[in-house]
Amino acid sequence: MSQARKVGLPLMNLVRFNGVPILKQLHLEEKLLRTSSDNWCIINNGTNSPTVVMGLSGKPSELLDLESVLQDQVPVIKRFTGGGTVIVDPGTIFVTLICNRDAVPGVQPYPRSIMYWSGMLYGEVFKGIDGFHLRENDYVFGNSKFGGNAQSITRERWIHHTSFLWDFKAGNMAYLKLPSRAPEYRLARSHMDFICRMKDYMPRSVFIDKTVNAIGNHFSVKPLDLDVNAVAADVADAKFVHTTRLLMKEELEEALSVSTRELCHQS
Amino acid sequence: MALRMWASSTANALRLSCVSRPPLSPAFSLSRCFSSVLDGLKYASSHEWVKHEGSVATIGITHHAQDHLGEVVFVEVPESGGSVKKGGSFGAVESVKATSDVNSPISGEIVEVNTKLSESPGLINSSPYEEGWMIKVKPSNPSELESLMGPKEYTKFCEEEDAAH
Repeated sequence: MSQARKVGLPLMNLVRFNGVPILKQLHLEEKLLRTSSDNWCIINNGTNSPTVVMGLSGKPSELLDLESVLQDQVPVIKRFTGGGTVIVDPGTIFVTLICNRDAVPGVQPYPRSIMYWSGMLYGEVFKGIDGFHLRENDYVFGNSKFGGNAQSITRERWIHHTSFLWDFKAGNMAYLKLPSRAPEYRLARSHMDFICRMKDYMPRSVFIDKTVNAIGNHFSVKPLDLDVNAVAADVADAKFVHTTRLLMKEELEEALSVSTRELCHQS
Repeated sequence: MALRMWASSTANALRLSCVSRPPLSPAFSLSRCFSSVLDGLKYASSHEWVKHEGSVATIGITHHAQDHLGEVVFVEVPESGGSVKKGGSFGAVESVKATSDVNSPISGEIVEVNTKLSESPGLINSSPYEEGWMIKVKPSNPSELESLMGPKEYTKFCEEEDAAH
């Protein structure tokens, strides 16, 4: 885009991380959504270790193979946004957009409106790759999902964050059960038949560069250095009450115990 | 985008009027056939409604809001006994992978919450002004109600908001 066209575009701070723990990233995002008045793009190129991340209303007993999760000591986080459950690891690329409600012309602060726009944004990123589209709120190539997203909408701002499966370990997917609420196009497929790897379509650095370029068509992007550890340490003092948290081992054990008792009653 | 949302809103209004016609009562009545905005209520620009009866005000989200949000699958409401501030968030609804704040149009003490919403979050879609109510509040400053919109003003507000996008 020409410099002349970029004049007048809203400003967006761009923060880039590598391997930041997903809990710290989510704490940062929730804090920026609730306490900042700037637009932000956060790109975390992989997280440091495998972690399960559930949406706000997620129930561990329904969504996770709790015996395996507990046995392998996989951390489980409940995040502040809606949506489903994912297992993330160093092969996951995270892209987050935090915007003021009027930042994007034509976008209303409702989930479908935001996703319609984000689908178009990533359409610019994957231009020329056959089969990319937003399908029932997932990013897919054909009918295989490679990107899951979720949102949180406040009175004046919204966040749309995505975890892209650039690569993943098949074994990790076994921690996740088939959810009762799944998109229609999934057709009861197992995880391995339902998802695909972005690395089969685009190199990692190319994806990140193209994403930054696409965002630059809608915002005046300003790279920023941010010390995520300093911000994370500040979370405890923040005036807002953050909802993203790491579930305690006792909670997961209790959930397993309850679901085992329910199974016994049913049989 | 605006045309799609208008069509969606109209379709939902028709479904409401056919399937779940709210009973008429002295307190409020439908302002016109197939209306999704009710007389007798006050409305906030963040799409919550308030019904003030005596010392208690009931609060929920409007038909316009539930229509734009999509199917509600989870509702977070506060504990009774807490307080709300005008314009402040008191809970959230989840729909289409998004949590959306619900804001209180007035300040006061929460005297009751709708516990049915935990098992039946869809009440917010099917009955946003009746069974889908979220909290009841004892207003601490009843004059705050005067700054809210009436039905005609709110209808115009929704139309202008949708047309602008």
